[in-house]
Amino acid sequence: MKSIFSSREAILSAAILIALGLIATRFPAFIEPKKLLAVFNDTSPLIILAIGQMIVILTKCIDLSVAANLALSGMIVAMTNGMAPDLPIAILILIAIGIGTVLGALNGLLVWKLSIPSIVVTLGSMTIFRGIIFVISDGKWVNAHEMTPAFKAVPREVIFGLPGLSWFAIFAVIFFAILLTRTPLGRMFFAVGSNPNAAVYTGISVGKTQFWAFVFSGALSGLAGYLWVARYSVAYVDIAIGFELEVVAACVIGGVAISGGIGSIAGAVLGALFLGVIKNALPVIGISPFWQMAISGSAIIVAIALNTRALRKKGRVILKSAEAQG
Amino acid sequence: MRPEPKSNQAILTLTGVSKSFPGVKALSDVQLQLYPGQVMALVGENGAGKSTIVKILTGIYQPEEGKIRLNGAPLRLNSAQDASQAGITAIHQETVLFDDLSVAENIFLGHAPRSKLGLIDRKAQTQEAKNILRSIGAKLNPEARLGDLGIASKHLVAIARALSIQAQVVILDEPTAALSHKEINELYDLVELLKTQGKAILFISHKFDEIFHIADRYTVFRDGAFVGDGKIADLNEDDLVKMMVGRSVDQIFPPRQHQKGKPVLEVSGCAHPTEFEDINFTLHEGEILGFYGLVGAGRSEFMQALFGMTKLSQGKIIIDGKSHSIHSPADAIEAGIVYVPEDRGQQGTIRPLPIFQNVTLPSLNRTSRNGFLRLANEFALTREYTERLELRAASLDVPLATLSGGNQQKVVIAKWLATTPKIIILDEPTKGIDIGSKAAVHAFMAELAAQGLAVIMVSSEIPEILGMSDRVIVMREGRIATEAAGNGLTPENLVRYAAGLKEA
Amino acid sequence: MKTQARDIPDRLQNPFLTQIKSWETLLLAVAIGIFIANSFASPHFLNAWNLSDATFNFTEKAMIAFAMALLIIAGEIDLSVASIIALASTAMGAIAQLDVSTTTLVVTGLLTGLACGAFNAVLVTGFGLPSIVVTIGTMSLFRGISYIVLGDQAYRGYPSDFAFFGQGYVFWVISFEFVLFAILAVIYGILLHWTNFGRAVYAIGNNATGALFSGIRVNRVKFILFLMTGAMSGLAAVCLTSRLGSTRPSIGMGMELEVVTMVVLGGVSILGGSGTITGVIIAAFVMGLVTFGLGLLNVPGIVMSIFIGLLLIGVIALPRLWQIWRM
Repeated sequence: MKSIFSSREAILSAAILIALGLIATRFPAFIEPKKLLAVFNDTSPLIILAIGQMIVILTKCIDLSVAANLALSGMIVAMTNGMAPDLPIAILILIAIGIGTVLGALNGLLVWKLSIPSIVVTLGSMTIFRGIIFVISDGKWVNAHEMTPAFKAVPREVIFGLPGLSWFAIFAVIFFAILLTRTPLGRMFFAVGSNPNAAVYTGISVGKTQFWAFVFSGALSGLAGYLWVARYSVAYVDIAIGFELEVVAACVIGGVAISGGIGSIAGAVLGALFLGVIKNALPVIGISPFWQMAISGSAIIVAIALNTRALRKKGRVILKSAEAQG
Repeated sequence: MRPEPKSNQAILTLTGVSKSFPGVKALSDVQLQLYPGQVMALVGENGAGKSTIVKILTGIYQPEEGKIRLNGAPLRLNSAQDASQAGITAIHQETVLFDDLSVAENIFLGHAPRSKLGLIDRKAQTQEAKNILRSIGAKLNPEARLGDLGIASKHLVAIARALSIQAQVVILDEPTAALSHKEINELYDLVELLKTQGKAILFISHKFDEIFHIADRYTVFRDGAFVGDGKIADLNEDDLVKMMVGRSVDQIFPPRQHQKGKPVLEVSGCAHPTEFEDINFTLHEGEILGFYGLVGAGRSEFMQALFGMTKLSQGKIIIDGKSHSIHSPADAIEAGIVYVPEDRGQQGTIRPLPIFQNVTLPSLNRTSRNGFLRLANEFALTREYTERLELRAASLDVPLATLSGGNQQKVVIAKWLATTPKIIILDEPTKGIDIGSKAAVHAFMAELAAQGLAVIMVSSEIPEILGMSDRVIVMREGRIATEAAGNGLTPENLVRYAAGLKEA
Repeated sequence: MKTQARDIPDRLQNPFLTQIKSWETLLLAVAIGIFIANSFASPHFLNAWNLSDATFNFTEKAMIAFAMALLIIAGEIDLSVASIIALASTAMGAIAQLDVSTTTLVVTGLLTGLACGAFNAVLVTGFGLPSIVVTIGTMSLFRGISYIVLGDQAYRGYPSDFAFFGQGYVFWVISFEFVLFAILAVIYGILLHWTNFGRAVYAIGNNATGALFSGIRVNRVKFILFLMTGAMSGLAAVCLTSRLGSTRPSIGMGMELEVVTMVVLGGVSILGGSGTITGVIIAAFVMGLVTFGLGLLNVPGIVMSIFIGLLLIGVIALPRLWQIWRM
């Protein structure tokens, strides 16, 4: 946390740059700024969710409901937009964030007040949220023609060279980077994951801190819900299905330790970008998109192997002779 | 706001404090007074109530009865936050700090200097951390990750944190457990510094040499009750022991036969890439072989390799004339070697499991038939060994966690005896144990040797090493410095070899 | 109260009584309640053939759940099981194109499952990596390989007698899958509760370090456990593929979460160290009854998941709420 880039993030950045470099040797069009920004834009929802997930994982929890939260929040604002087309988009965005926050808070309350392990809570809430989407939408889709032009425009509107979607991601990164490194609450997320016992002695409530982590994760899911639905101009039960695992993958590749206490915003963002680059590069290189899953799976395994080796404590060096070599 | 301290009067007084838990009265009507600029030693056997009173002072527990007064004004400590705000801070054996945060962040967690926008001012935090660390003579980098530091440095950070919240009361709870002699002396200097700054210090330790070196006053608890207090200068060791135990403990070292049977273990040329090398010795039946050395000399590391927890890079282990290659604790147990670890709680027991399952776990292939459990055999085996050790428990199938510390230790020993070992390795068997129980453990060790077992005892306490061992091997920096017996068994000799002042 | 060593009884309480007050009994009550509710809700419920068909809702998941339960009790988890089904099914489909015997097909499925399990096992026990992230990785990898092989196509050419595993009946109305489920229930029950291996599983889940120091070969036990979840996934793949008669790369998608739900609903603590096979059996029936009953009422599958999700959280939350309310 002392510097923005520690060795983990540096290695990951290098990996991304090398990958880009390799692609560029055969397909120079890929690293044109226009294309790279398009990749960033495409990866923005993943970045936004990865930030939230990272905070949750820091506190030794996991949030498997982020994609379902995204879908439910998105569906609700899409339907609201259809029913009240004159409602300003800013209000709709706030509604999306609000719904996501409430859903996240529900997760957080169950973890905090009833001490139910987060994997169980979010496994349950994940299916409940998805089911609710079906109930409120009656299984029907909300299509592009049912959404107002303003609704669909916000993520696509290009301001200062970047589409709105990318700007939301950038703001999220900046906001949470400051939150995590410069506020007491931010330090508490790290402390709670690093040593929950010590946190009690320091007067920090572990459960409450975890609650806030879920609140933030939920809020970001809600925001991503609006952005997703508006950008793809469609809302239905199965949007972003399975996405939660991609989000966790982004965090793992980005060096966030599943045991808590270790991680950085930069890492989560780089992890997301890594997956985004692969996803966008495959069609360019001519590898069928069906390879994407296997590649990201392998990336996760390699990333976790490297990260775990780095964290492992070596045997004690006692012999003078070993010390000299060491 | 905190009331102003007046000197020579107790800064913190506890009177009539009682605390109960289901089934146990941990404290009844105890009193304690801490004076500014003075060290108060809190003395008592295990279970006397010392850790309970510390938890009350740090706000983790609340007493059912009694009053706490800080500088004369009544004080309620309902949470750790309250204690911190009242200026009471504790430094424990294991760190209660955050390995993944930096030194400066650990010092200022919860009360970091803020900038105008309300955000944490990192520059100011680092600078103030530097200042505090310098004032206690700690040469630490404020940006270093705490987890990368050794335990002595972590204690320094804890003390720096105490100073940063302008603590008036500093509790040192068995702080020297993992420190080397040099680090202990540095800690003494630090305590003197805190005294000159007017802090009131509560010092909890089992080691009499430390108590008599550093304390000004003493308070004795026994079985949750207050026994007495006063000035250290007014009494001696025996008086203190009598108050602690309620009787005088003449001998904590039992008389021994010193009969040596045939060789049962021969170790030759054992080495590990980074931890030890060139280890050679022979162990006989009926013998107690002591392993002495400074903290970090490599003794436990070698014992764990002997037990199969780590891999030897070379060397031979011969038991009863047969060569064995030991790659796991299961191999070691089959070969007849058992190891009672230093960390008896985490490594030695599985607390949620019932007593009988703990006892039979290493011996399942004998109590079971064709891989199927036979509970009757397990209960019989457990009964045999727990009766011998006079275990006290409600039944054999209650969770181990419900037993007292001393009884849990008995279960650990029963577990290993039930494997009918040839060789038993005890790593710091009486560490953190009070005087009364120490004597019991020593008597038991002597009995094991008398029955023909070969005993290896790793210990860092000179009186224990000299009182119990037939022979002593001194290790230093991963190698054997010397093997001493007979006339060579003197404190000076052992200490000199351990510290490297004498070479073999 | 403490007593002298000689007077210490073996057990504090009759083991039957301990069982009565447990999670399994609560769950059994829930199961019976759902059964009764269902029989009132729909006239088609109490029909032998319908009930038998209902078992298909849970038999495949339960096979995996038994192995998963042991793994979770030992303190690990395997989220790749559904993807192992996909890969095993793909392997079977590929081999089926070569006109092999049904036996070869089944063996292929089982061996693929075993191989995937071994892959997980090596990563977790050999490299010391945390199982939750490793299996999230292999989850993508295994199914990813299926996608590479099949793309958006499907295998269909399975021999006709292969259908027996997933569609066949034994003893008139009882399906072959149900018989498999019952046999495995007994085997796993004995394995967990009556053998040294099962004792080791509990020890490791409660304190792996303590177990290691007590001579348990922790890595060997965990290795075997991952092999088991792989093998069971392979077996489930045989049954499921046989029942569907085809293989798509998306086969079994989402099943891993249903398996974990079944295990946790069965009273196995996700943190490790406790749980029983009996609980998992009852949980399998509960989930099967809920999905079947709601199916008869024409409730869509995705709405059914709301009930399962509520059941999962409710069954864990309610006892804790009650405890808080008591204080």
